[in-house]
Amino acid sequence: MAKQTLEQKLAILSDAAKYDASCASSGSTRRDSRDGKGLGSNEGSGICHAYAPDGRCISLLKILMTNFCIYDCSYCINRVSSNVARARFSVDEVVRLTIEFYRRNYIEGLFLSSGVIRSPDATMLDMVRIARRLRHDENFRGYIHLKTIPDAAPELIEEAGLLADRLSINVELPTDAAVKRYAPEKKPDQIRRAMADVRLRKETAKDRSYTGKRPPRFAPAGQSTQMIIGADGSNDAAVLGQSTRLYSSYRLKRVYYSAFSPIPDSSAKLPLIRPPLQREHRLYQADWLLRFYGFDLDEITGATQDGNLDLQIDPKLAWALKHRGLFPLDVNRASREMLLRVPGFGVKTVKRILTTRRHRALRYEDITRMGASMKKARAFVTAGGWSPRALTDSADLRARFAPPPEQLSLL
Amino acid sequence: MTRQITIPRIGAAGAWRDAARDLLGAGVPPSQVTWGDSETPRGLFDTDAPIPQARALTVPRSFIPLADSVVWHADPERFARLYGFLWRLREAPHLMGDRGDADLARLRRMEKNVHRCQHKMKAFVRFREIGARDATRRSFAAWFEPTHHTVEPTAQFFRRRFADMDWRIVTPDISAIFENGELRFVEDQPNPDLPEDASEALWVTYFRNIFNPARLKVQAMQSEMPKKYWKNMPEAAAIPELIAEAPARARAMAASAPTLPPARVGRVQAQLQDLASAWDGPSEALPAAIHDCTRCPLHRSATQAVPGEGPRDAELMIVGEQPGDQEDLQGRPFVGPAGQLFDRVAKEAGLDRARAFVTNAVKHFKFVPRGKRRLHQRPNRSEITHCRWWLDAELRQVAPRLVVGMGATAAEALTGSGADILKRRGRIETRADGVKVLLTAHPSYLLRIPEPQTRLREEAAFRADLARAVAWLSAEQTGLSPPGV
Repeated sequence: MAKQTLEQKLAILSDAAKYDASCASSGSTRRDSRDGKGLGSNEGSGICHAYAPDGRCISLLKILMTNFCIYDCSYCINRVSSNVARARFSVDEVVRLTIEFYRRNYIEGLFLSSGVIRSPDATMLDMVRIARRLRHDENFRGYIHLKTIPDAAPELIEEAGLLADRLSINVELPTDAAVKRYAPEKKPDQIRRAMADVRLRKETAKDRSYTGKRPPRFAPAGQSTQMIIGADGSNDAAVLGQSTRLYSSYRLKRVYYSAFSPIPDSSAKLPLIRPPLQREHRLYQADWLLRFYGFDLDEITGATQDGNLDLQIDPKLAWALKHRGLFPLDVNRASREMLLRVPGFGVKTVKRILTTRRHRALRYEDITRMGASMKKARAFVTAGGWSPRALTDSADLRARFAPPPEQLSLL
Repeated sequence: MTRQITIPRIGAAGAWRDAARDLLGAGVPPSQVTWGDSETPRGLFDTDAPIPQARALTVPRSFIPLADSVVWHADPERFARLYGFLWRLREAPHLMGDRGDADLARLRRMEKNVHRCQHKMKAFVRFREIGARDATRRSFAAWFEPTHHTVEPTAQFFRRRFADMDWRIVTPDISAIFENGELRFVEDQPNPDLPEDASEALWVTYFRNIFNPARLKVQAMQSEMPKKYWKNMPEAAAIPELIAEAPARARAMAASAPTLPPARVGRVQAQLQDLASAWDGPSEALPAAIHDCTRCPLHRSATQAVPGEGPRDAELMIVGEQPGDQEDLQGRPFVGPAGQLFDRVAKEAGLDRARAFVTNAVKHFKFVPRGKRRLHQRPNRSEITHCRWWLDAELRQVAPRLVVGMGATAAEALTGSGADILKRRGRIETRADGVKVLLTAHPSYLLRIPEPQTRLREEAAFRADLARAVAWLSAEQTGLSPPGV
């Protein structure tokens, strides 16, 4: 076989990496290179340098070190039994691509993942070597996200955490049974132990020594994970239950939901379906409600039938429609907790309402200027000059928000 | 009479603040000021009359960052709007917290536009290399067309990020030039003719391949990356084609039948089994776990599994073939005839069995019933492989300095090959993971030799092998070069 060019390798190994949803580059330590001795900066908030036509942001150079893999996970394009073209980057090639792309302002940094070759330790060692080269030889101060291999040696994870901004380990599927079925070589308990380990290391790195010196920070942008949605039969309640457990047990920054998407040369074990993008979107909405809006898991899943979120309307609206007795709320008097539950109000809108109403009573027009989506919110609030009257309890309220029924094709 | 205030294009934020401070201090109402930049035509009744000396005044703290952003907006009315609101703040400073106020809402919207424009500039500026690649200080240039006057406030970001190289961002508005650590701004630069850059082709390759055709969401892309930016982004040229091909590519993926796995799979799976042989429970639970083993069919006919025995910190580990009849009944290794022979020869060779960890390559007894007896049968490769799981667990737990493998089965379990035992015996082999293995014959082989002469000779050879193991261990302990390696 002819030797692959860098461009061919890049094509294969970026194609192989596209199923990882995460591309975040935010939330790490602030740093820059004003001293002229290094390259890159990190300013807290991430930057999306481009968007692909799939609507996903391109913030990092997201590539696999190699797509050779000894595992046979049915949902994965790189599984050993797939016939995709294979390639492998050298350490040098990854470093060069990252630096050259970064200098041209294409990316915020590197998201490096890899198929497992030879052994977990050998693979992890190569990944750490790349991060080490970037940080120590190239003085790279941009963002690095490493996908860790669950059963790699603790010393390697330790070094990875000191070099990278974020570590992640994918839980892959919502239930242990599904992981056993579709990813026979992966062990859910081992993945959980690895996440627990990252959390413990992160916490140890926070303790000052008795002289008051702070140890180097471990994975300052935290850890994240990804779950594939729609490959197995789990319902949304199971998915959200799993992510609530993960958030609370391992202090994850994010759980990414990735709609199972057909892959080239897919396995016969899995359904070839259109990716359930709407479901993925609703799961993210529910995830936000759980983390930032004070909702409990039971409240969200309680508003569903068969444990799946309503695909036609968002989960907050679904909850509000089931609890119409609590509405309409007076925006001039209601508590923050209740205002957060109004469909169409976001965290920022609520904050603006609270600051403004210290000075004066709010009118309907005022709220329209505060970033609220009044189309949704107006049925659930009263304000100066506005009362929804019978709208809150009207029988067709749901129909106003749900997409209009579609004529099915006869053929 | 109205006052004409001209704000320069470079340094607008400071100039506006100075002018506004003076005007406000002098009590000049907004209606008597005409604001403009260098391009605003002069009004008929405008004067440049100096503003009378002002007294010190205060504004709400949060107004400053708002003004510092809004001055960069493209709206020609921006200076006047800011001053108008500042005038109102004199009497009512609490207005800054009133998100319902229409003037403030407008200024906040303008601020947001500027922030967004700054953010898009940070994201979408694309540099091309204009200097030599191996120069000590590399240099890059970009042509960019911002919507608002955001070059000046955003240049600091590029300075923080790209301080170790020279760069310039040329725009139809003002341009930022960073050379040798110095940042300056110049007006009215022409669109430079930038040279081709090889990395750009790689970037487009990346862009094309990171796109997943199964999840086309053109609207989501365009709302974040509006078309007005596309002409200066190399990757954007690929977008129409990617969108056009996407449905067909997704259909093709769905339509293609699953393929047969490549030939490599079998090999890899064997390799994987090696990796999978890692029992990882607590050490005291290992014997119990071995007892419960059902990894191969041998457990169905045997009485019990026989785990290894001996100190957990032994320096020497002895691996036999499998439990025999007696071992199967008693549940302890090396207690039958072959075990007794081993004990005797070991003692002669100076090997203390009590200090070694003794175990078998296969933990269940394999036999065929013959009347009232059970005839020993050699375990096959699959059984050996399955049972390696336990042997490896014991090896990891004891971590001996030397392992003595007796017989072909032990050799296969320990080194992956059971061939040529009589040729390989007495030498120390080092496994890929560093474990040292000395191979020798199995004592039951000695028991089966009918002629006494041959038997004695073989027994001597066996004794010599064991003695070699003992000598190697003690030599390594004292730092002498080990014999027979």
